[in-house]
Amino acid sequence: MPELLALTGNDAVAYAMKQINPDVVAAYPITPQTSLMQKFADFVADGEVDTEMVLVESEHSAMSAVVGSQAAGARTMTATSACGLALMHEVLYIAAGYRLPVVMPVVNRALSAPINIQGDHSDTMGARDAGWIHIFSENAQEAYENTLQAIRIAEHPEVLTPVMVTLDGFIISHGVETVQIFDTARVQQFVGEYKPAFTLLNPHKPMTLGSLDFSDFYFEHKVSQLQGINYSPKVILEVGREFQRTFGGDCCYEHFEAYRMDDAEMAVIVLGSTAGATRMVVDDLRSRGIAAGMVKIRTFRPFPYEELAATLKKVKAVAVMDRSLAYGGDGGPVHIEVRSAMYGVNNAPLMANYIYGLGGKPIDLVHIESVFTDMQQAIATGKFPRRIGYLNLKE
Amino acid sequence: MAKLKDLAQLPEQLSAGHRLCPGCGVPPIFRLGLRQTSANLLVGGATGCLEVSSSIYPYSAWKCSFIHNAFENVAATVSGAEAAYKALKRRGKMEHEYKFLAFGGDGGTYDIGLQSLSGAMERGHNMVYVCYDNEAYQNTGNQRSSSTPMGSNTTTTPVGKKSYGRVGQRKDLTAILIAHHIPYVAQGLISNWKDLGHKFERAFEIEGPCFINVLAPCIPGWKIGEDAMVDIARLAADTCFWPCYEVDHGVWKLNYKPKEKLPVIEFLKPQGRFRHLFRPENKHVIDLLQEEVDERWSEILRNCEASKPAA
Repeated sequence: MPELLALTGNDAVAYAMKQINPDVVAAYPITPQTSLMQKFADFVADGEVDTEMVLVESEHSAMSAVVGSQAAGARTMTATSACGLALMHEVLYIAAGYRLPVVMPVVNRALSAPINIQGDHSDTMGARDAGWIHIFSENAQEAYENTLQAIRIAEHPEVLTPVMVTLDGFIISHGVETVQIFDTARVQQFVGEYKPAFTLLNPHKPMTLGSLDFSDFYFEHKVSQLQGINYSPKVILEVGREFQRTFGGDCCYEHFEAYRMDDAEMAVIVLGSTAGATRMVVDDLRSRGIAAGMVKIRTFRPFPYEELAATLKKVKAVAVMDRSLAYGGDGGPVHIEVRSAMYGVNNAPLMANYIYGLGGKPIDLVHIESVFTDMQQAIATGKFPRRIGYLNLKE
Repeated sequence: MAKLKDLAQLPEQLSAGHRLCPGCGVPPIFRLGLRQTSANLLVGGATGCLEVSSSIYPYSAWKCSFIHNAFENVAATVSGAEAAYKALKRRGKMEHEYKFLAFGGDGGTYDIGLQSLSGAMERGHNMVYVCYDNEAYQNTGNQRSSSTPMGSNTTTTPVGKKSYGRVGQRKDLTAILIAHHIPYVAQGLISNWKDLGHKFERAFEIEGPCFINVLAPCIPGWKIGEDAMVDIARLAADTCFWPCYEVDHGVWKLNYKPKEKLPVIEFLKPQGRFRHLFRPENKHVIDLLQEEVDERWSEILRNCEASKPAA
């Protein structure tokens, strides 16, 4: 029987990790990830899991130990935030390059400078080309369910690609919600036993991992690495559907959620916790006869270009919300991807980008409403007031 | 330790065909050292001479399993593998017996990998860390590291009108590792091969983190002949530039005391990297280096003396 518990997002992910009971967890504390690992450490201390904890001296060593452990045939996890993810950056590419199915919850937080500990998406966006699958969560329930599914996705023999599951710092990580925790035995049956594709610890088949690759093989190896992440969309959907069938959850199990998009004239595109507030605004506008819709992107990597284009081509205006900046780029990273998805689409909708919430700046219903107002104006005049706007920014 | 002729019969872990320089001081350390355990081995290597020369795709000189992750993180990487082994053993999923060894050059150990090494040693993983110290970033062409001796001519401390080479004292990494109070810390050289073999054997048999720092003469970096590696190492021992000692569970022991302690100049003379020190204006550098060597040597002697049981 599922249990209904009042949990923070961090606690919910710690529960997922408890049910997964990984062989090894290597971790280093950073706000706002700390309470997640503290909760998991409680489970270890009480013998509720028998995971080997490696409490390293930095995030760089956390990801390095994770690589060593997973390559040695153990199901291995870590979790981090912000500067911690930035410090791991080098090794993220190595984990992906070795095709190690590591799963890492990332509690999204702003990057320095200036130093700030609150939520935005700058950290994982900086790792968007590292070769990992990125799954965003709207709330604690999704963070819990995505973490469980991520194990199956990462370890799928045709995927073998590490997965980061993100949850917005403080808003999800520290906000208390009602979370449905599924029966542990059934979760463990769903997750299954880890059967590594290879291991360093087999004396009958010793292996060299991490060879020096020159120009005669490097390019070929990097292109072959695409096979895993390119295969993953299918697996993400299959695993999601199986999860839903098994547990009857009502989260998003697709690459994105199209909310009231069937007859929408305008759509906001959003990642993470802001989808909740956006949904409220959409419902309110609908009650006033305005054809508003929302697309909540769940898998940012791999990015669902074709499916998204098919959904968006039906609307007249699109507003892409970004909780990070791509300095020197075209606004924020989500905007850049959506523009790319819409290239070549006939009668593509008008599009603008809205940057919001950096360093935990509040995003209120009124700000999201203003975006829909801009879209109505754009549909009326054929033009957005500006290509890139900033929400709730002091002038 | 077994006799040399018996050791020679044991299987190689680092096979012929690697691409290290002819006469390099590194391979004998590992060919000798890795024979000192009969357990299965997982070896991890920091980016550096030995790593790049032993694992160029699609070839590998490693008979045992080998992992390279990055430059600064071999200790963390191997600690992760060791944790995996422990976890799998506990869960009944590992039937084999394994030993874990990480290696790095002085760049990967004294400098960029120091934090990772310190963390792994402090956490108490059952692993052996071996530093092959060739006293500069030799893989990338003899740039100065924190292990480079005073006065050495490197490509980033070149000798010039206003430079006599590297300024200041080299880092005493072995002392830093001793300060971790781990079960076993040792310094060795390939010239004292029997002692070096013992050190590996001891490190493998101890449960817990062990560290061995081995001087590894570098043919191009030190500007010495391809046949000079053992002789130069012997001079490092005889001048006490590289004391051969160990600290086993807190007990200090000198493993080699030269019959006659030679002046450090004898170690410098055959090496091209110190040639400029013999100009009159650089004499003070040799004096300073001699002071450094003497101070460190007497400290080790004092500690070894203090460790002796009362008569």
